Order: sequence, then structure tokens, then C-alpha cells
Amino acid sequence: MLSVPDLQLKSVEYRKNLLRLIKTAKAGHTGGDLSCLDILNVLYNRILRVSPETFKSPDRDYYIQSKGHCAEALFVVLADRGFFPKSDLDTLNQYGSHYIGHPTRDVNGVEQNTGALGHGLAVGVGIALAGKIDRRDYRVFVLLGDGELAEGSNWEAAMMAAHYRLDNLVAIVDRNGLQITGSTEDVCQLAPLDQKFAAFGFEVCRCDGNDVGDLVRTLEEVPFRPGKPSLIVAKTKKGKGVSFMENVAKWHHRVPSDDEYSQAMAELDAVEAALK
Amino acid sequence: MEPALANLEVFAATLLELARADSDLLVVTSDSRGSAKLAPFAKAAPGQIVEVGIAEQNLVGIAAGLAAAGKNVFAVSPACFLTARSLEQIKNDVCYSDRPVSVIGISAGVSYGALGTTHHSLHDFAVLRAIHNITIIAPADNFETREAVKAAAKLSIPVYLRFGKKTMPHLPRLLPGFDLGKASLVRQGKNITFIACGETVAPTLAATDLLAADGIECRVLSMHTIKPLDEAVVLRAAKETQGVITVEEHSVNGGLGEACASLLLQSGLNTRFKIVGFPDDHTVTGSQTEIFRHYGIDGAGLAATAKKLVSG
Repeated sequence: MLSVPDLQLKSVEYRKNLLRLIKTAKAGHTGGDLSCLDILNVLYNRILRVSPETFKSPDRDYYIQSKGHCAEALFVVLADRGFFPKSDLDTLNQYGSHYIGHPTRDVNGVEQNTGALGHGLAVGVGIALAGKIDRRDYRVFVLLGDGELAEGSNWEAAMMAAHYRLDNLVAIVDRNGLQITGSTEDVCQLAPLDQKFAAFGFEVCRCDGNDVGDLVRTLEEVPFRPGKPSLIVAKTKKGKGVSFMENVAKWHHRVPSDDEYSQAMAELDAVEAALK
Repeated sequence: MEPALANLEVFAATLLELARADSDLLVVTSDSRGSAKLAPFAKAAPGQIVEVGIAEQNLVGIAAGLAAAGKNVFAVSPACFLTARSLEQIKNDVCYSDRPVSVIGISAGVSYGALGTTHHSLHDFAVLRAIHNITIIAPADNFETREAVKAAAKLSIPVYLRFGKKTMPHLPRLLPGFDLGKASLVRQGKNITFIACGETVAPTLAATDLLAADGIECRVLSMHTIKPLDEAVVLRAAKETQGVITVEEHSVNGGLGEACASLLLQSGLNTRFKIVGFPDDHTVTGSQTEIFRHYGIDGAGLAATAKKLVSG
């Protein structure tokens, strides 16, 4: 379990590994990966009761990444946590590799195949419901993109989560405010997002999704209220950590050029040095 | 012999028997427990039924999650909604993710005949045949339904099982037992082979009685498993009889008939062949029996098709 300063350093390390991975593979959802990386960092290094040794245990915590297109961020974190050798990621997107552009269960540590949007929350509800039926104390964490909330299936699942009083379910919205076309609010208005989920029966908290300290404080409090599913609106920046990528929609799945890559790594090196 | 029931009723009764022996067996319904004859199940095993409301996508997604956590899940909903609205959940959350969910399409085909195309499922074989990792079953009578439900409960792979709500007569069975992926021989004959599935097997058998009077002896196979197809029995039929007619409560596009046609052609077997099903057109409405008659899926219609095929 990492301390907050260690988590801060780990986030920089992950961002560098992520950019290296995307640069080598010549593909990836760079902006969204960077926005959710701090959430994944805190989940896997502080919150989730799961490890390579306990991954098949019926009592483990579950993590479902509904925003499956940000698979590279998940792979970087799973590799660091020892679910598979880091060198496996050298095959990302290559012919025959299990390490593809979306999470699949062929990759150790991945709970559910995702990629089509609006699927993860219902699967999470099913797992959480089974936990209640079996009286197990595991928790289920589902990471949702904000853009994917336009899919109605999320709201079907949200109703059921509240109906069955699934306080072992934690949905986290990576609220970076951008999708491939532009602002989520211009494409299909989500605001007031927290009120919407509250109206659906969730206990809602907001936090800074790129501040590991705030994420720790928030995630350690779940469930926020017994008998209710938890929803965290994690305010993030798409492209977080690289100045010229932050809040720029075109970085949705753009691969940095050589110059951009060098500049990004230099920025991250500087942050890392300052933290040390 | 037990009284003949609707396959739907047999499904519900069998599921309750299985649930009593397996506390991990769960039924998930979308406001469909009444339609699915599961009210007695809900009363007898209230802890083993999960209601999700009128939300078929959610039904399948939650079923996948329950299966991920080790539950033996039957996701039950009218076939028309289940295999159209939640097709992506079946494809990704169940099949692609290797979740052993039994997807149960009730009131399939034109069981809801007079309710119109919104309530017909004449596409389900076609769309699911194109999805990897799912076994597709359409039992013909009460025996096949009971055995198919028991088999689905034991399998650790995704299964799609569909049936209607009309009382189905018990079929003669020339060979004992029931094996998924192996057709049931219902009648032996040397002239024409009918390969039918689900609720079209009974009218096919009626046709064979009419044809026998004209000296045409028909073999009848209940091809309860549409995928994987019993290829050997289809090839044998093409070699041993003078023609093959497939019959299904489904579009002529992409179902049992085209599966058999593809097999025969790719095996180099040139036989007289006819697919009987629903044409690529707006579907007429009425009762299931009336609709079957309209499209020649009754004794007289199928007998006429067979005679035409024999006469070449």
C-alpha cells in the first residue's frame, strides 16, 4: 500500500510508461488514458483488495473498466502490479497479441472484456448482486467515461444498483468533459451529473480525479452511505500531465510525434525530479 | 405418457427442479415472469429469481456479471427483444467474455403472431449464428425442452434456447436419448428428408402422413441444435434420400436452411433442396397456426412442397 507521496511519484512513472507504450505501439487513447491514470493508480496501489495471487479468489475486489478504450492505462498499472511481465506490453497491438486496444480476459488481471461503451455498469451490478446473495464482503469498482453516459444502458444499470441497495458497488466517472467530437456538454449535456445519479439512488461524492490524495480520501470512505451504491464524479483533465495535451480533444487517440514525445517526457522528468 | 404441455411450461417446471438442487442457479427476468410461466418458480424459490424490469440490455449485462461471480444464470425474456435489443450484450458480455449464461428466448418465432413484427423473432438464428461461442437450441417438444434445459444448466458455455407458448404434441422418437448437437430421428423414410426444428417439427410430421398416402416416404429429423449443426446427419440425408427440405419458424435468410445449404454445397453434394421459412417480406399477422399455414408450414403446405421437389 503506497503513501500519498509515493502514489504521486507512481503516477508520473505510469504516465512515462504509458507514453512509451503508445509511442512504441503507434496507437492508443492517449488523452483518456492520462485522465484516468491517477484513479487506476490509487485503486490498484491503495484501495482494491486484489493481487496476482488472489485474482481468482471469490472474495477479491473486482474492477471493471467500462471505458475500455483506455486499455493502455490499465495494462501499465497491471504490469506494474505484477499481473504479467512488463515485457509482454512490447507486443501491444501486434499480430496475435492478447494486448490489444481494449481489455480482454486473455490478459491476466482483466475481469471483463470491454470496449463497446455502456456495458460495464450492468456487469458490475451483476457481480455486486452475487456478492450480496452470497454474503461476501467484496466490493465492485466500475470506471465509466463521461462520454459513454449517453448510452442508456448505464441508466438501466444505475436504477438496478439502487433498487437492490448495492452498497458494495462503486461507480467512478472519469469526468474529463471531452469526447472525440468535443465537449461532452456540447455533444449531449450531462450536467448536472451528480444530481442525476443522486436522483437514481446513488450516494454521490465529487473529487479531483487527478489528485491522488483526494482520490485516497474519497475512495477510502466508500460506501458513502449503507444501503446505497456509491458514485464518484472524479473531475479530471483529458491528457493530464502533459501541458500541450491537457483539455485538447484531438489527443483522444493521437500518438505523439518524436518532438512531442520528447517534450512530454521532459515535462514528466521535471515533475518527477521535483517530487523526489 | 404425461399430458402434452407448452414447451414454455416444461421449461419453467424443469428450471424449478434444477433450482431446488442448485442454490447457485438464478433466473433473471425483465418483467417477464408471468409470460415465462415463472410465477410458481418465484413463489417456490424467491431467492433465486432476479427482476430487472423492462430492460433487456440490463438483463443480459447483469446476467453476465452474476455468471462472472459463479452463478448458474438463466436470462429469460421474449426472444424478439432479447436477441435484438440486447444483441451487443449477448455478443460482448456473454459470448466474447466467456460467461456461461443460458439466454432463454420465450414466445419465439411468431408465437405472438397477432401482435405484429415488433413481437416476432424471425432473425435470432441468423444473428446468433454469426456470433462465436454460443450454442443455439430450438427444442421441438416437451421431451427435448426438458433435456435441453437440463443440458444448458450443466454446460459451462453460453447457450441460446428458444421455444414458443403453444401446446406441443409428444413426438415419436426412433432413437433414445437426447444429445446436444445430434439431431433426433423422428421418422424414417427413403424418399425425402425433412430437417425441421422447434415448433415446425410437428407440422412436418403431419405432412409425412399425407405424403405416405401418395407413396412418398419421408425421413424427419428434429434438428434441435442449430449450432453446432449435426453435419453428419445432414450429409447422410442428402446421400440416402432424393431431396432435403428444411423447415423453420425463422426467416429463410441465415437460419437452419442456409446452414444446411452451405454445408451441402461446400461438401460437393448436389441434391434437390428447399428452404421453408419466412420470406424476406413483411410478415402476415394472425395466430401462429394461421401464419404457419399462410407460409406453407402446415401438413398440406409441406406435402405440396415435397411433391414439387420430388417431381423436380
